Amino acid sequence: MSTEATAATPAADETADETADVLVVEDLTVSFPTDDGLVQAVRGVSYRLREREILGIVGESGSGKSVTSMAIMGLLPRSARITGSIRFRGQELLGLREKELNRFRGSKIAMIFQDPMTSLNPVHTIGYQVAEAIRAHNDVPKAQARRRAVELLDAVGIPNPGQRVDSYPHELSGGVRQRVVIAIAMANRPDVIIADEPTTALDVTVQSQVLDALRTARQETGAAMVLITHDLGVVAGQADRVLVMYAGKPVEIGDVEDIYYRPRMPYTLGLLGSVPRLDASRSQRLLPILGSPPSLLNLPAGCPFTPRCPIAQDWCETEEPVLMDATSPRHSAACHFSENLAGVRPHDLYAPTSADARTPDRPDRPPAEAPTGKGNLP
Amino acid sequence: MPSSQPREDHVPHGAEVTSTTGASHGPARLDREFTVKARSQGHLILRRFLRHKLAVASLFVFIAVVLFAFAGGAFWHYSYDQLTPDISAPPSLRHPFGTDSTGMDLMAMVMRGTQRSLEIALFVALTATGVGTVYGAIAGYYRGVFDTFMMRFVDLVLTFPTIAVAAILGAQVGASAGSWFFIGIILAALTWPIVARVVRGSVLSLREKEFIEAAHALGARDRRIIFGHLVPNVMGPVIVSVTILVAGAILSETGLSFIGFGVLPPDTSLGLLVSQAQTAVSTRPWLFYFPGAFIILIVLSINFIGDGLRDAFDPTTTRVRS
Amino acid sequence: MSAYAVRRLLISIPVLLISTFLVFLMVSLSGDPLDDLRARQPPPPESVLLAQAHELRLDQPLLERYWNWISGIPHGDFGPSVQNINIGTEMWVRFGVTIRLVLLAVLLAAIIAGVVGVVSAAKQYSPLDYTLTGLGFLFLAMPVFWFAILLKQLAVNINLQTGHSIFYTIGDRSIETTGGLGARIADIAGHLILPTIVLAITSFASWSRFNRASMLEVLGSDYVRLARAKGLPRRQVLVRHALRTALAPMVTVMSLDFAAFFSGAIVTETVFQWHGMGDLLLTSIRLRDVYPVLAWLLIAGSAVILMNLIADLLYAALDPRIRYA
Repeated sequence: MSTEATAATPAADETADETADVLVVEDLTVSFPTDDGLVQAVRGVSYRLREREILGIVGESGSGKSVTSMAIMGLLPRSARITGSIRFRGQELLGLREKELNRFRGSKIAMIFQDPMTSLNPVHTIGYQVAEAIRAHNDVPKAQARRRAVELLDAVGIPNPGQRVDSYPHELSGGVRQRVVIAIAMANRPDVIIADEPTTALDVTVQSQVLDALRTARQETGAAMVLITHDLGVVAGQADRVLVMYAGKPVEIGDVEDIYYRPRMPYTLGLLGSVPRLDASRSQRLLPILGSPPSLLNLPAGCPFTPRCPIAQDWCETEEPVLMDATSPRHSAACHFSENLAGVRPHDLYAPTSADARTPDRPDRPPAEAPTGKGNLP
Repeated sequence: MPSSQPREDHVPHGAEVTSTTGASHGPARLDREFTVKARSQGHLILRRFLRHKLAVASLFVFIAVVLFAFAGGAFWHYSYDQLTPDISAPPSLRHPFGTDSTGMDLMAMVMRGTQRSLEIALFVALTATGVGTVYGAIAGYYRGVFDTFMMRFVDLVLTFPTIAVAAILGAQVGASAGSWFFIGIILAALTWPIVARVVRGSVLSLREKEFIEAAHALGARDRRIIFGHLVPNVMGPVIVSVTILVAGAILSETGLSFIGFGVLPPDTSLGLLVSQAQTAVSTRPWLFYFPGAFIILIVLSINFIGDGLRDAFDPTTTRVRS
Repeated sequence: MSAYAVRRLLISIPVLLISTFLVFLMVSLSGDPLDDLRARQPPPPESVLLAQAHELRLDQPLLERYWNWISGIPHGDFGPSVQNINIGTEMWVRFGVTIRLVLLAVLLAAIIAGVVGVVSAAKQYSPLDYTLTGLGFLFLAMPVFWFAILLKQLAVNINLQTGHSIFYTIGDRSIETTGGLGARIADIAGHLILPTIVLAITSFASWSRFNRASMLEVLGSDYVRLARAKGLPRRQVLVRHALRTALAPMVTVMSLDFAAFFSGAIVTETVFQWHGMGDLLLTSIRLRDVYPVLAWLLIAGSAVILMNLIADLLYAALDPRIRYA
């Protein structure tokens, strides 16, 4: 890891504040040199994770969610250029040598990856892989580590753990494998668990089992958690606070109620509008955000959401908004017009796709016309 | 690897963005989306190959060797079978590579030997690639018992040491003059299974792809699917295996000539030259080093070219360099 | 596991049988063993030719000849030879000489390839990686015979310089061995050093390059990332996770090259003047002595098939997904 890091010493008042924060990420940037130029995957992420808190990070693929957590674990490829600061209980992690980092990995901060089908080594039994995590940080005999592994497998709800401990990953289903990965994560009672899209690769039917296992892991270890997902439903049910990312930057952060009921950034509104809801009337269509996230290569100036934003103005193209307090000091958003978004709901900004728009219940909205949300705005 | 890292395959995706946003926002904001220029597949491969500096340098070296072997004789004042008055002369301006104990000019002989070795190697590579590609494509396309049977035969051919079988067969034809052609056929007969294996492997995965299904749905015949759709799509691995075959054939031919069952005097090849210099390593070392160096130079440059081609066709094998 | 082994073994038997027939067909059709005899001046009388033809079973139809050949083998009868040797006994001695070279070279090459592959992958794009990769390419391009002569000359020079016979450069053993079993083994081992190095060095590079590539692939995999996220020491990640997983495909690639080791052994034995299988093969080919050639192909082919079988079993032992499939 090459850190041209600005490992700034935290100011006095900050350190006092940090006693409650297990993990502090400050102004983190990550970029990758490629043949076509520098890809800026993360462009300045800051957040604080309190003890036992669950922070949800949401955003589309490519928004820098996973890269941020890889940077925390020190798992980025050597070519990655990282700046900023990542502190675990005040200890700077960026720029640590692999050996020093290994004191934190797995024991203080554990990670759960997206795809359980590929996260376990096919040539070792799951018992070996759980026990290995235990023995990496504890000087215990093999038999004892194995007994503990069986306990852990039992804790995450794997039936018949005494037998399963000798299974190879290919003999197990995706849901069971992900629970094994969760067992590995909780093996050393970490203070922070980073779960990177833990349910995305799984069938809907096993997702809730895995979420249960995740809850168990948190209760047993008392860890704080960073829950990365693009599923706002998962976040709503689990998280205390939510960080919304777009194009490598946080665009809105706040308590879960703030994000769901008082969003102040058009992208967040768009995400909310695209979630299917059971309480909505059947006639209400899902509202897509048109277009795709921008390429992070040679990103132009201005707000990166501009091309897809229904309320964009000319100066959005030149000036990128910074995170500013929105409804409270705990809730901030990065939009030039966040004040104008008070009380705005997703359907005020986003239109259903043109095919949907011809449905009779919305005769007032001709398909080709620009979204009507602009009316209320400057 | 981080999932967010864009590669070249983002290009069509960028274009897609433009069309959708263009509809709702007009052309004013179009250019924001295009940060990477679109490139054609062939252009990309060429660009990736050219980036592999060692491969490009090797290509030049290889071309130089080919020119030296095939055109050099026309400009050089000695012939490979011509006796000169200088006996056992060390390298000099007159004889840049020296002469042997009968006064033959080594540079002329190396030219001739390189020519023979290259002729055989290229012949082997082209023949074996042709046969192997068709064989492998058919086996991979039809699968099942037919495939098992065909590939068992391939395994069988590969069970026997090439040089031994080539020596046995070569003993018959080696005696007759102009034998390089037969040596080529023998080596090709022993090496085509290498290509067949590679091609079958690629075809097995390709035949499950949608465009093959589409061709089926359109009622294309097997022959058309194999030669019109499958074979062109395995060209990458095939071209790479051509380089492996050329390198292997040079080594096999020189080895065969070394043990006396390849190219025979009065003709010459690089292997034969080394063989004849065997006893002279300490007394007339140039006789040993020059032909050997040419073998190494040829094989080395071909291997580097192959390596560059492999990277160019399959960028996933190389990671981003820092 | 044992069921798998038995199944693999049963598959090899028909392969071996078919290969004997193909070998017989190829050698029988590739030329007339009596050509040299006929070409003699003055031409030998017809009776001599007929007697020789009968001796070599040339008066029998092809299939009958094949049957007589193949059915004799279980009794140790490998057919007649113009060299007045018992092919079975002679080949057995020669096989012992060659197989110890081949097996030792395979082992040495595998170890070098493993170490070089791991070091190169772990230090990707470092000067060490470039050096090892460069050397690998160089050895890959080096003809076996050329490197053998070079090394032999080097050893001869060292012997001359020091005035002691440090390296054995000729033969597979000393003609007169004094002393007991220990001394004889030491003598044979001493003669093995240079040829083994030659064969291993000219063969390891393709394996080490493959090993490096698959190591890199494994190092980029999710499970290695998880292993690192557990806080395992780097060495443990490299050996227990990356190398352990990369070994199985490497065994498969190695098994494809076993036949090439016999090719290399023929050339190496020629340079170091060993009385191994290579020498017997080349002599027999020159004399158009068909049955020793057949026996040679049969034994080398069987050895390769056996080594492939071992490689298959090793693969299954290394990859649990195959074991239970």
